[in-house]
Amino acid sequence: MPYVPHTDDDVRRALAAIGVDRVDDLFADVPAEILDPPLDLPAPMDEVTLLAHLDALAARDQQAVPTFLGGGVRRHFIPAVTPRLALQGEFVTAYTPYQAEVSQGVLQSTFEFQTMMSELTGLPNSNASMYDGASAVAEAALLAVRQTHRETVMVSRAVHPETREVLQTYLWPLDIDVEVVDLEPSLTTPVPGVGDHVAALIVQDPNHLGYLEDMPAMAAAAHAAGALLIAVVDPLALAVLREPGSYGADIAVGDGQVLGVPMQFGGPAFGFMVVTDALLRQLPGRLVGQTTDVDGRRAFVLTLQAREQHIRRSKAKSNICSNHQLAALLATVNMAALGPTGLREMAEATVRRAHRLAAALRGAGADVAPNERFFAEFVLRTRAEGATVRRRLAKRGVRAGVPVPPEYGIGNAVTLAATELTTDADIEALLAALHDVGELGVVGTEVVA
Amino acid sequence: MSDFPLVFERGMPGRRAARPPVTEGAGMAELLGEDALRAHPPRLPEVSELDLVRHYTQLAHRQFSIDGNFYPLGSCTMKYNPKLHEDAADRFLDLHPYQDPDHAQGILALLHGLQGDLATITGMDAISLQPAAGAHGELTGILMIRAFHEANGEGEQRRVVICPDGAHGTNPATASMAGYDVVEVPTGPDGEVDFAAFEAALGPDTAAVMLTNPNTLGIFERRILRMSAAAHAVGAQLYYDGANLNAVVGRARPGDMGFDVVHLNLHKTFTTPHGGGGPGTGPVGVKAHLAPFLPAPLVAREGDRFVLDTDRPRSIGRMRSFYGNVGNLVRAYAYIRTLGAEGLRRVSSMAVLNANYLRVRMKEAGFTIAFDRVNMHEFVAQPPAGLRTLDIAKALLDHGVHPMTVYFPLIVKEAMMVEPTETESLETLDAYAAILAEVLERAQADPGYLAEAPRSTPVRRLDETTAARKPVLRYGFTAG
Repeated sequence: MPYVPHTDDDVRRALAAIGVDRVDDLFADVPAEILDPPLDLPAPMDEVTLLAHLDALAARDQQAVPTFLGGGVRRHFIPAVTPRLALQGEFVTAYTPYQAEVSQGVLQSTFEFQTMMSELTGLPNSNASMYDGASAVAEAALLAVRQTHRETVMVSRAVHPETREVLQTYLWPLDIDVEVVDLEPSLTTPVPGVGDHVAALIVQDPNHLGYLEDMPAMAAAAHAAGALLIAVVDPLALAVLREPGSYGADIAVGDGQVLGVPMQFGGPAFGFMVVTDALLRQLPGRLVGQTTDVDGRRAFVLTLQAREQHIRRSKAKSNICSNHQLAALLATVNMAALGPTGLREMAEATVRRAHRLAAALRGAGADVAPNERFFAEFVLRTRAEGATVRRRLAKRGVRAGVPVPPEYGIGNAVTLAATELTTDADIEALLAALHDVGELGVVGTEVVA
Repeated sequence: MSDFPLVFERGMPGRRAARPPVTEGAGMAELLGEDALRAHPPRLPEVSELDLVRHYTQLAHRQFSIDGNFYPLGSCTMKYNPKLHEDAADRFLDLHPYQDPDHAQGILALLHGLQGDLATITGMDAISLQPAAGAHGELTGILMIRAFHEANGEGEQRRVVICPDGAHGTNPATASMAGYDVVEVPTGPDGEVDFAAFEAALGPDTAAVMLTNPNTLGIFERRILRMSAAAHAVGAQLYYDGANLNAVVGRARPGDMGFDVVHLNLHKTFTTPHGGGGPGTGPVGVKAHLAPFLPAPLVAREGDRFVLDTDRPRSIGRMRSFYGNVGNLVRAYAYIRTLGAEGLRRVSSMAVLNANYLRVRMKEAGFTIAFDRVNMHEFVAQPPAGLRTLDIAKALLDHGVHPMTVYFPLIVKEAMMVEPTETESLETLDAYAAILAEVLERAQADPGYLAEAPRSTPVRRLDETTAARKPVLRYGFTAG
């Protein structure tokens, strides 16, 4: 039987030691009427059969084709050394480092992670990671409510729609109101009037549609009302873009997938949260701190656990009990592999490729939104509905076109993303496919499936 | 002895390990505007590839793991994580969550199959794969219960969640996050929830009862059917914390026990890797009356096609972005499809056999068993009077094995919660019991022995007080 080492003799020996006759005697406390129900599960597969089955499934999925999808997850360069190092068995099969003396691998690498996230965001206190960017935003909003004792948060409509949905889910049971700030025609957020009932202003930069926001003005507007600014940021973009600490953000949150985590259909990656000193003791999630051992050697340990659920139970800052350690480790190793130069080169190549893509589309007559201040993605207005365009492009071997939802009021549109991995041939393939599906050139010349 | 270096303390300015594809062209100021750019680069490591490899290889060697040795943390189910699952997950790495669903039919079929398998295993009617961890699944479940009561016009009336005093800390923390008050009920002398106190706590204000079964003492709640009937009689919903499902997987189902909601920890029972603290994965299952409230989207089947069903008007909403920790969902699917029903029954049977075997061996070694009776997948022990659990835990580290979960559950003084899992051999359990016996013997012979432990670990006991009083959470870039 897979993974269970017991021989028949082992079972007999164990039963004799325990002093019962049969394994079923150990299940005597389970009411007989619910014990051993029939389970209609498929017959077990051996290793070869299982992998063949998975190969057959994977063959139905489009992978390794020209890809222009963004919307919170992008395909970026991951050097071979990153997964080889981060996914060593010692890291993969460890648990939460409660016994610090034998957990310095996880603890120190987390301290390195916290330092790197602090460097990227320009804020001092990073936790050890969270589930994803969206839930990190929701936790940041809860933090702001605790800190300010106010019961409304303001959020830009250009924050990722799924993030806003998660925010609603987390805030609804606590009766906290969410006010949404509508966008300018430039597809960016106007500096809103923030009332003194507002706990936090939440703005994403670059925003969901790809465009840069006026973050210093957002910070000023929030702070004038005594509210916090929660900056939802793309950590790769921070290799070139101004960091949240420089414009006075109180909390930087976001999703770390772009730092070296494979796309994996959207998970697992990790969320991060980095805060000012004033907010440290409100920060949810695990924290690793530096200390010394009895011999005076530097060592690392989980710290400030008095905030956490296993100590505080119903009075905890959050129920969060784990982090996305292994994904955060991938990012840590990846940032160390790339260094400041490599990370900047990736970010710059992303910007240049995205702008090259936009220029190529414009040159082919496409209706690219007129805002030039974008990092990796931008809006393309389309003739057909966004999801239809995406499906038609997929049939032609190109993954492109995250549909822009109707709430943005710009009609049929998609976002297109490029990264440092986008080649000129990829761009040509996209242009050809867009032409094929009737999105470029003369309107209405053909009917496209 | 010198400090083990941080990655920031290795290498030299100008070095690096990896080179991304470079694109030359216009400067960032020209493309984005000077005001958009950061003034100073982040101070990231500058190391060669070999520096990098040595650093993280040496760090790995400073890390205890299941792959390395026995790791019997109670309530954590530290079973072997099959290497096959890593190969399985590798087949789905390049999938984008927003690619056209018609061109993602393979992964959607897999997720749909997993929803069905987990519904079968738990005895529930519908499953959401979305939650990212057990605690996240708890919040999902309790929010659904709240939405259910509100839909019935009982939202104002039902304000209380009942948890046993032995509950995992996440249970009361979750109830608070969902806006509920928490009432604890005591554990009786048999190690099970005190039924009279439980019944007395139930009332028209009860929104939910959160239970783990077997409970955190490793004891199966024999009165579970009466408890669920009593809870339902006052209109409360019954929540199953799936942390301990490994005890009964394949042999008993939360749905048959009367539970309305269950979360599963795929990183426990279904052996997705713990990863040093995550990512976990916490799918939630519900009975039909709660299915409308499940988070959107679910994977649904329309004829031969699989779709992401977002049209769920009564849903509590999203709990996270996209569809869940898909990489881990693939691993859990591989596990279930490798074992089948008979294999899963074998898992819980041997997990319970191993735990009872180790209980007997630890008793022989001189430990006291809290609520000493046949247990399920784990049990709670106590050291002989005068000895501290923490000290014994530290002594175990010198023997190359991991301690049990210590000081939990809170209702047992000096608690040592032991869960060996089914993937360990009897020889490993015998060796662990022998080490424990030796530790007790040496502690009784030499009072200084425990206080000095551990001696042979990469670092020794830490000054946790200073770490909390003057938190240093990042490198200061001041050292040589």
